[in-house]
Amino acid sequence: MLNLDFAFLSPTVLSSYVLKGFLFSVQLTVFAMLGGIALGTLLALMRLSSKPWLVMPAAAYVNTMRSIPLVMVILWFFLLIPLITGRPLGAETSAMITFTLFEAAYYSEIMRAGIQSIPKGQVAAGYALGMTYGQTMREVVLPQAFRNMLPVLLTQTIILFQDTSLVYAIGAYDLLKGFEVAGKNFNRPVETYLVAAAVYFIICFSLSMLVKQLQRRIAIIR
Amino acid sequence: MANWDWQVFCKNTIDGEVVSSCFGSGGDITYLDWMLSAWGWTVSVSLLSLAVALVFGSLMGILRTTPSRSLVFLGNAWTELFRNIPLLVQIMLWYHVLPALIPALKDVPSFLLVVAALGLFTSARISEQVRAGIQSLPRGQRMAAQAIGFTLPQTYRYVLLPMAFRIIIPPLTSESMNIVKNSSVAFAVSISELTLFALQAQEETSRGIEIYLGVTALYFITAFAINRVLHFIEQRVQVPGLIAAGGK
Repeated sequence: MLNLDFAFLSPTVLSSYVLKGFLFSVQLTVFAMLGGIALGTLLALMRLSSKPWLVMPAAAYVNTMRSIPLVMVILWFFLLIPLITGRPLGAETSAMITFTLFEAAYYSEIMRAGIQSIPKGQVAAGYALGMTYGQTMREVVLPQAFRNMLPVLLTQTIILFQDTSLVYAIGAYDLLKGFEVAGKNFNRPVETYLVAAAVYFIICFSLSMLVKQLQRRIAIIR
Repeated sequence: MANWDWQVFCKNTIDGEVVSSCFGSGGDITYLDWMLSAWGWTVSVSLLSLAVALVFGSLMGILRTTPSRSLVFLGNAWTELFRNIPLLVQIMLWYHVLPALIPALKDVPSFLLVVAALGLFTSARISEQVRAGIQSLPRGQRMAAQAIGFTLPQTYRYVLLPMAFRIIIPPLTSESMNIVKNSSVAFAVSISELTLFALQAQEETSRGIEIYLGVTALYFITAFAINRVLHFIEQRVQVPGLIAAGGK
C-alpha cells in the first residue's frame, strides 16, 4: 500500500520545475505586501478622516473586497482588466494587480485598528506644536501605529503567502503549480503534493515563530 | 463596456436557446437552474464544514487550556499543522494523497473529503478563538470551580465554557462567513459549487460579467444570512452586564 518514492525529486528536478514557481510566489507576496500596505494606509487614512466623501468610497471598497471570496476576485480581475485596458494580460501580471488591490482592503483594516489604538492626546500634542495634519501623521502617529501593528501585518503577510496558491484558478505558475507539474511529469502526484504541503508548512511555521519572537521584542512597555 | 444580456441565465445549458420561464423542464436545465443547484452545494459544503470545524476547533481549543502538558501540546500541534498549510494544498492532500495512502477512503465521495479539508482547516482558527475566549476569563472562575469540588470536566461544562462561548460569538461569526468564502476553493477538485459554475458557465456562454455578478451576489447573500443568524443568537445569549454584545 505505502509505495512512496521521493527519489525523483532531485535538485535538478526541483530547480527546473519548482524554483520558478517558488520565486513567483515570493515575488507575488512581496509585491502585494508592499503595494497593499501603501494602498492600505491610504484607505485607512481616508476612512479615519472627517470628510464623508473620503470615508464612503474607502469603506465601500474595503467592505466589498472583504465580502467576496478571493478566488472570485481573482477571476473577476482576470476577466475585467483586459476589458478595461483593451489587451489581454498574462495570468502572472493579473495576479500581481489582483493581490495588491485585494490585500489593500485587509491591510487597511489592520492599519485602521493600529491608528485608532494611538491615544488622542498624541494627535493633540502634534497640533499643539504647530504641526500640520500630514506632519502629525508622519512624525507622530504612524511611527507608533506601525510598531503596534507590525506583528499583525506580518501575520497577514503569511496568510497572503498561503493565499497566493489560489492563482491556481487562472493557471499562473506558482509554488504549488511547480510541484503539480513535476508530479504530473513523473507520474508521482502523491509524493509531490506531500512535499508541497511540507514546504508550505516549514515556510509558514518558521515565519510565524519569527513573528512571535518579534512581537515579544518590540512590544511597547507602558 | 459590453451590453448587458441577463437572458443568459434563462438559456438552456445544452442548446443555448432562451427558455421563456427561465427554468428548464423535462430534464433540461437552464443556467439559472444550474446556478441555484451550485448554490446548494456551496451552502451544504459551508454548513457541514462549519459543524466539523466547531466540533474539532472547540475540542482542540479546550485541550490547549487544560493543565495537562501533553494535551496542550496535542492542541498546539493540531492548530499549527492545519493553520500553516494553504487551504488549497490541504484540499489536494485530502483529494489526491489520502485516498492513495488509505484505500478505505477511495469510496468516500469527494464532497465529504472537501468538507473534511475545509472543516479541519477552519478548526485551527476556531481553536485559537476558543483558547483566547477561555483565557480571557478571570483566573478566579476556574479556581472557584475547583474550590467547590468540581472535577475538570465539570469546571469546563458548568463554569468556563458557558461564558467563553458567549464571549467569542463575534469572532466565530466572521469565521463562519469566512467558511462560505473559503468553500469557493472546492472548485479545484470539481465540486460543482458556485465558483466552478462561474468558471464553466463563463466559458460556455462568454457572458462572464453577468454570470460573475450573479455568483458574487449569491456569495454575498449567503454570508450575510449567516451573519444575521449569528447576530440573532448573539443577542439571545448575551451575558447580562457586559459592554460587549450591543448592550449599552
